[in-house]
Amino acid sequence: MTDITHASPGRPNSILAPDDRTRRRNAAEARFRLYGILAIGVAILALIFLLTSVVRNGAGAFTQTYISLEVALPADKLDKNGNRDPAEMAKVSTFGYKPLIKAAIQDAMAAQGIAIDGLKKPESLVSEDAAAQIRNYVLAHPEVIGGSRTFDMLASGRIDGFYKGRVTMQSAERDSNVSPEQLRLADALKEAGLVETRFNWNFILWPDASENRPEAAGLGVAIIGSLYMMFVVLALALPIGVAASIYLEEFAPRNWFTDLIEVNISNLAAVPSIVYGILGLALFINFGGLPQSAPIVGGLVLSLMTLPRIIIPARAAIQAVPPSIREAALGVGASKMQTVFHHVLPLAAPGILTGLIIGLAQALGETAPLLLIGMVAFVRDFPAAPPEGLFDPATALPVQIYNWTQRSDPAFVERASGAIIVLLVFLIVMNAVAIVLRRRFERRW
Amino acid sequence: MSFVKLTASTLAIAAVSAGAALARDNIQIKGSSTVLPYATIVAEAFGENFDFPTPVVEGGGSGAGRKALCEGVGENTIDIANSSSRIKPSDIELCASNGVADVMEVRIGYDGIVFASDIDGAEFAFTPADWYNAIAAQVMVDGKLVANPNKTWADVNPALPAQDILAFIPGTKHGTREVFDVKVLEAGCAATGAAEALGDENECLKLRTDGASVDIDGDYTETLARLDANPQAVGVFGLSFYENNTDKLRVATMDGVVPSTESIATGEYPVSRPLYFYVKLAHLGVIPGLQEYIDFFVSDEIAGPDGPLAEYGLVSDPELAATQAMVAAGGTPMAPLN
Repeated sequence: MTDITHASPGRPNSILAPDDRTRRRNAAEARFRLYGILAIGVAILALIFLLTSVVRNGAGAFTQTYISLEVALPADKLDKNGNRDPAEMAKVSTFGYKPLIKAAIQDAMAAQGIAIDGLKKPESLVSEDAAAQIRNYVLAHPEVIGGSRTFDMLASGRIDGFYKGRVTMQSAERDSNVSPEQLRLADALKEAGLVETRFNWNFILWPDASENRPEAAGLGVAIIGSLYMMFVVLALALPIGVAASIYLEEFAPRNWFTDLIEVNISNLAAVPSIVYGILGLALFINFGGLPQSAPIVGGLVLSLMTLPRIIIPARAAIQAVPPSIREAALGVGASKMQTVFHHVLPLAAPGILTGLIIGLAQALGETAPLLLIGMVAFVRDFPAAPPEGLFDPATALPVQIYNWTQRSDPAFVERASGAIIVLLVFLIVMNAVAIVLRRRFERRW
Repeated sequence: MSFVKLTASTLAIAAVSAGAALARDNIQIKGSSTVLPYATIVAEAFGENFDFPTPVVEGGGSGAGRKALCEGVGENTIDIANSSSRIKPSDIELCASNGVADVMEVRIGYDGIVFASDIDGAEFAFTPADWYNAIAAQVMVDGKLVANPNKTWADVNPALPAQDILAFIPGTKHGTREVFDVKVLEAGCAATGAAEALGDENECLKLRTDGASVDIDGDYTETLARLDANPQAVGVFGLSFYENNTDKLRVATMDGVVPSTESIATGEYPVSRPLYFYVKLAHLGVIPGLQEYIDFFVSDEIAGPDGPLAEYGLVSDPELAATQAMVAAGGTPMAPLN
């Protein structure tokens, strides 16, 4: 009755035609959805922009140009007395091998009939690294002295850049490190089949190189250093973190002290990582006397940083195991300890592992604390096998990226982007493992 | 495997190898990021040609390197500090208070500081006075000190292009900034007569704060990136950085002189500085290869005018022979600073 009197004429109260208020609510919802789509769109665009710029800059790091030349190894230069004494042969430094490379490239030009007007310093087509490569070979195989041998040598950074589109004839005219004539020589050698571009295993396997040979720089030491640190984090943070979360969840009494610990763990998880670096410098290096730049110190610092990030998900995983399981175990006569280790822990393991892997992935990408403990260094020697190797100097993947972005030769920009790709691949693999573990072993109650 | 056992064995391994690792066999170097590329080139060649491990070289700045050098004597302290400015009396005091009695100073050569703009932009020919009038807080106009009114380089000097003033200069933590302050700003301050009017030398170093001069605290790569984004701007670089990026940068002359290793060696180009490294003498004979590394660094093959350092942009020291003799004699502790 009242409904009919309330309904004003011209505004039928139909459920088919929405009234003003419904329309406003529907519009608000549509707007909200649009904002959501926009937000996700912006995020996806930013991700695409980041990935394309990294891949465009960095893909070149995975290929490398080589020049293969026959190098004459005259005995009068490399072993003056002719007695093949290793100590005497080692006296000829890499500077003594440079003229051989110059002669080799001139020989190759003569053999192929290449003549280029105004060509200066043809030997700078070949990397500075080649002298060391030939010297090491000669010292290891003294019998080649007096003959000649074909070496596959790295092309210098600018020549390599020419075949990757980073260096052009126009830019070479203004470049003090390469001339258009040298690029034409490279093209002529390529036509003769002496210049070749291949997949660059050196980028993954070789150590860092100095500023005047970007073509020889690799990630080997950084990858080993990162692996050693992850090993230390795994060996320390996993047992301590799991033990702490089991004790706090299953055994500890609830009182103000455990509450305080709980608040502290949550707080520590949010402390900026550089703070852990300062702590590590003071505690492990200045007080503990551990060496600078060593993966053990990096691992200890990252363990401290990762611990709260492992304890929080581990506690959540233990909490998620239903109390009925504990009660059943206790009911059939298991002790508290047996209940935890035979029943609760196996059921919580997938959650703990997921938290651990994500914590490790975070630690792998961490740079700031490593800056303070001397891991941002130029390290060329591979650390020894563990455990001694944990105390040898090394770098880590993220600090190697930081290092390369600061170098002046533009070829290092490509190397840095390539290193970002390697780091991203590591992180994607680790996160994928975490997701697979969760999918496969997680149980819902 | 119980967690307790795992932890215990890890700690045991760590304890055992800590004893083994105490005898350090590699040289450790830290300091100026300007000297860093030269030091890495030498370290690499040293590792290739000698049976010693390749030295570990760290950046971090001249001041940080000298401070680390003066932290004390022993395996856990560095052996060599690279520095793009001379050691300060305060550093020597710190050294003395930490038991680092003798430090040897080795000058490796000279480094030029260049002013460069985008390769496709206009050409610049500066004098220190132009720079002072462009970026100082107070300048002389008609014989009176006024707050800097100059908007474009043409306002400063009609011979310069009529581009807005935008300069990227090294931040105050850089050793490069010290040279810029002394050789450019103070020289310009004196040349324009502002030094007399201001009275205090430190007043000369006050820069305008309206955004025409931007301090860059990062490396030269950051300055280059800023220049890419602002092709109208002028940046301050090290000579070696410029030599590696001649396809992107157009260098400006200073007092009519084009910066090059030659013009810096002869002293014609005014904005240059010596580069040093400092060796802790107490570590000589203790750290294997330290003496050999120092000898190798200053040898003609490396630091001479045809060596790899000169090729990278270092201006070779004309008095290198004297340095070689000093180093070969086992090193003399440096004379007191005056």
